[in-house]
Amino acid sequence: MEMLVASAIGVLTAAGIYLILRLRAFPVILGTAMLSYAVNVFLFSTGRLAVNAPPILTKTAESYTDPLPQALVLTAIVISFGMTAVVVMIALGAYLETGTDKIDIATDEEGDAA
Amino acid sequence: MDETSSFLPLIAAMPFIGALLPGLMIRAGRNVSALSAGFATLLALIMLILEAPAVMRGEVIRADIDWMPLLGLNVSFFLDGLGLLFALMILGIGLLIILYARFYLSKSDPMGQFYTYLLLFQGAMLGIVLSNNVLLLLIFWELTSLSSFLLIGYWKHLPEGRQGARMALAVTGMGGLAMIGGMLILGDIAGSYDLTVILAHGEAIKSSPMYMPALILILLGAFTKSAQFPFHFWLPHAMAAPTPVSAYLHSATMVKAGIFLMARLWPALAGTDAWFYIVGTTGLVTMLVGASIALFKDDLKALLAYSTVSHLGLITMLLGFGTKAAAVAAIFHIINHVTFKAALFMTAGIVDHSAHTRDIKRLGGLAAFMPITAVIATISALSMAGIPFLNGFLSKEMMLEEAAHTVWLGNHWVVPALATFGALLSVAYSLRFIAHVFLGPKRDDYPAKPHDPEFGLWAAPALLATLVVLIGIFPQAIAAPLVALTSGAVIGGEVSYLHLKLWHGVTPALYMSIIAVGGGAMLLWQHKLLERIWLATPRPEAKRLFDLFVDGLVTVTRSISEVLHNGAISRYLAVFVLTTVSLGTIAFLGGAHGAGGRELLSIPAPAFAAWGLLVVAAISVVTVHRRRFLALVLIGVIGLTVSLGFVYLSAPDLAMTQISVEIVTIMLMLLALNFLPKETPKESSVLRRSRDAIIAIASGGAIAALSYAFMTRDFSTISTFHLDNSYTGGGGKNVVNVILVDFRGFDTFGEIIVLGIAALTIYALMEALLSGPASRKLTTWVFDQPKSRDRHPLMMVVVTRALMPIAIMVGVFVFLRGHNDPGGGFIAGLIIAIALLMQYMASGFVWAQERQRMEYHTMIGLGVLIAGFTGIGSWFAGKPFLTSAFGYVTLPPLEKFELATAALFDLGVFLTVVGAVMLALYSLSRIARRAGETVNVEAMDYDPSEVQSTSEDT
Repeated sequence: MEMLVASAIGVLTAAGIYLILRLRAFPVILGTAMLSYAVNVFLFSTGRLAVNAPPILTKTAESYTDPLPQALVLTAIVISFGMTAVVVMIALGAYLETGTDKIDIATDEEGDAA
Repeated sequence: MDETSSFLPLIAAMPFIGALLPGLMIRAGRNVSALSAGFATLLALIMLILEAPAVMRGEVIRADIDWMPLLGLNVSFFLDGLGLLFALMILGIGLLIILYARFYLSKSDPMGQFYTYLLLFQGAMLGIVLSNNVLLLLIFWELTSLSSFLLIGYWKHLPEGRQGARMALAVTGMGGLAMIGGMLILGDIAGSYDLTVILAHGEAIKSSPMYMPALILILLGAFTKSAQFPFHFWLPHAMAAPTPVSAYLHSATMVKAGIFLMARLWPALAGTDAWFYIVGTTGLVTMLVGASIALFKDDLKALLAYSTVSHLGLITMLLGFGTKAAAVAAIFHIINHVTFKAALFMTAGIVDHSAHTRDIKRLGGLAAFMPITAVIATISALSMAGIPFLNGFLSKEMMLEEAAHTVWLGNHWVVPALATFGALLSVAYSLRFIAHVFLGPKRDDYPAKPHDPEFGLWAAPALLATLVVLIGIFPQAIAAPLVALTSGAVIGGEVSYLHLKLWHGVTPALYMSIIAVGGGAMLLWQHKLLERIWLATPRPEAKRLFDLFVDGLVTVTRSISEVLHNGAISRYLAVFVLTTVSLGTIAFLGGAHGAGGRELLSIPAPAFAAWGLLVVAAISVVTVHRRRFLALVLIGVIGLTVSLGFVYLSAPDLAMTQISVEIVTIMLMLLALNFLPKETPKESSVLRRSRDAIIAIASGGAIAALSYAFMTRDFSTISTFHLDNSYTGGGGKNVVNVILVDFRGFDTFGEIIVLGIAALTIYALMEALLSGPASRKLTTWVFDQPKSRDRHPLMMVVVTRALMPIAIMVGVFVFLRGHNDPGGGFIAGLIIAIALLMQYMASGFVWAQERQRMEYHTMIGLGVLIAGFTGIGSWFAGKPFLTSAFGYVTLPPLEKFELATAALFDLGVFLTVVGAVMLALYSLSRIARRAGETVNVEAMDYDPSEVQSTSEDT
């Protein structure tokens, strides 16, 4: 199971980073969304994996998984929504004002972006 | 000897408190505004005078308030002789300036603003002279630079004003930065930032190897502030300020701040060769340069500005001599200079006011038209020239006396000769001020007919001129006690031998004085000839050099930042990711690694299937990302798979949060995509794409390895505490929720504030967008995709309306159970937001908006307030912020249930989340509305038969 989660984090990170290196706003936003998944799952996994051990106190439970990373990730998920929303709004505003959704400011030496 | 007083902080705070008044009171009229400014100043002055007798007895009054003791930064004030003198000058002259400005400023000038700036400046100056902590002093020092910037640039419409303000800020600000360094070194040597402690460590400081750097840095601050050569050039340009500002800042106070600092630190720094040669020489050169330029200036205020530069040089030189007698002379001249120079500035303002010009070449013969002004100006200018029976004569004699026996590099005559020459130039420009403005034939070509002003305008300079005469005739009675006290504070001892008197007998100083007066008169007589020579001589123009320097600096910094930051965000990101991965790799290769020992979980088949789904979806997003709708759908798939993973791995709260956030995020992106291109064009080369792929795979692999390493190792956690105390201490069984609302409630409080700010930012961006050029584009927007003609499908409207109460009930249920079972404010907020969004989608923006009772802004604010007040509530129980309390209540028909303050806090979280999510989406849909979606506005107002007929027609 650990291998699956670790590789999933890796795939999400790779996809996210490839997308944030694109030249248009929308793929970059998708990339940040993918990166947020990766980061959230990574943070969650630092509490180690456990099955059937939710941190809900009961009289019958034998063990509980680590609740602290879960609490951190819960707020992180909500905050990442806020962040995505702001970025989307900025991207939309930039597109409406300038007519392009390129993220790089055009310079004379465009060699890199060709 | 020390006495603690509660007045001092109040005196220092008074101008700042007072600064609030004039700006507000201006609505009640200009007189009220001026009176309120004057009242604050007067109050501070009265409190100061109440303290004065104790200081005169030789006591040092102190007041300390701990502020940031760990940094050594305390609000610590002290009042000794030197502080008293300067505080008296600042408040006393300040009062006169407030009176003068009331009559000087014209009706079109915003007077409330002026007095607010003036009082801010006054407070900053007062802070400098009263501070007992050098860090505090530095803060006030910077404040004077900032507030004087506002005052110099007060007439915003004048380019000279703006440029002068900028130059003053650049020069004095730079000096201020240098001084911070110097003061920190001083504090380091003395082991304390307390001024009194530093002053007591004079010997240790002077013998320290860091003495020279500290001295140079501090002097840079003092010289720039007090306009010493070669930093003198900003002062004349600052004369673009209104005359009351020039009189206050540039004669009485701000330019004296540097002098004050040199006097204040005199016991700690003075007396060395370095001090003598740097300070003494700079003062001497400044005195000569300033005086010679002043002689040839035609603008009255420029003449006075350069004469101020020259006199500041004189005082600096005296302090630089490093002898006690010279320091006494310096102090006496500070007092005298304030009286005559402030009066002169005010008369220059009066002349300008009534004749409408300050150009000496266009003036002359004014004595006949404005006799009162002429008398005041003549007395003050003669004092500046150093003519007997006026106060300027006394301190000039003392200066010449000190110069007469000062040896410079073994040379006995160079300082006395140059000092005499400086005095001679001073006589020349002072006499010119009188002769070329007030004497001479009457003219008939003044721009306006000159006349004496109303009493309010000449009262202040007249009072100062009276002081000039009184001190000049009765120095021992009027000035001596204050001079003795102040000098005592500077040189750190009693001044027993002080005798201020008119007649010293036939001394070298007397001869030098006679030469100066005679020579000065000769210069004035030959002024026309000298002026021709002066104008023919090439001189460097300071402003041009300064501008060249600044332009050069801007060019250099711009070229550097343009290379580093060329605007290509994709490049920054690539560099950033590469650097991070490389650093990680280096760290990884630098250590030894074994396999982790933790027992691994087995892989059931459904988990493997979900993993496969996630990986395929992630790779597909990358391959099809150009088709944006498709990519969005795939992102949704990933989000759902992640929430499934949370369910399986014992994180029900996370699963619920993830799934609801997923929904609102996708809706948000869909709304935005409405206005963005639906396809991403292919722009990057194969080479670039391969490069990015390599970077991405390298970092993905690194992260995967890192998290695998984490998960395969056992660890120690602090969560045992949370698990143990969740029920007994927090009253809840859902430990994640208890952590959020109780153990780490403060974090959560911060986070909902961030969320609220994000939503308000989105709202602000939308408002800016809709009022900008994009608005026009939106109203003529042509959608690149066919729109459904039926925006409010009947089925959807009916279903969502029926679902609304159910969805809300689910939300409330999830909220209420949150403390003991999966759920809570965050998740409930998201659920309710989704319930509301369904209405927006199905029934339309207008319909939903009409039924909205509370603004989303209000909801965010209310949520944060509820959470905050819940936290504050625990103060009343004597507990720290956000300590939760709970209890169990039994109401007869119901089961026993729990009441917890944590639930109230969670309510705040809930409201903020609903408000923030809704405000974000609401803002985006406002844009959509602007784009003119006008097809069937109301729900269910659509008649398919009509569409049928129109389509048949076409």
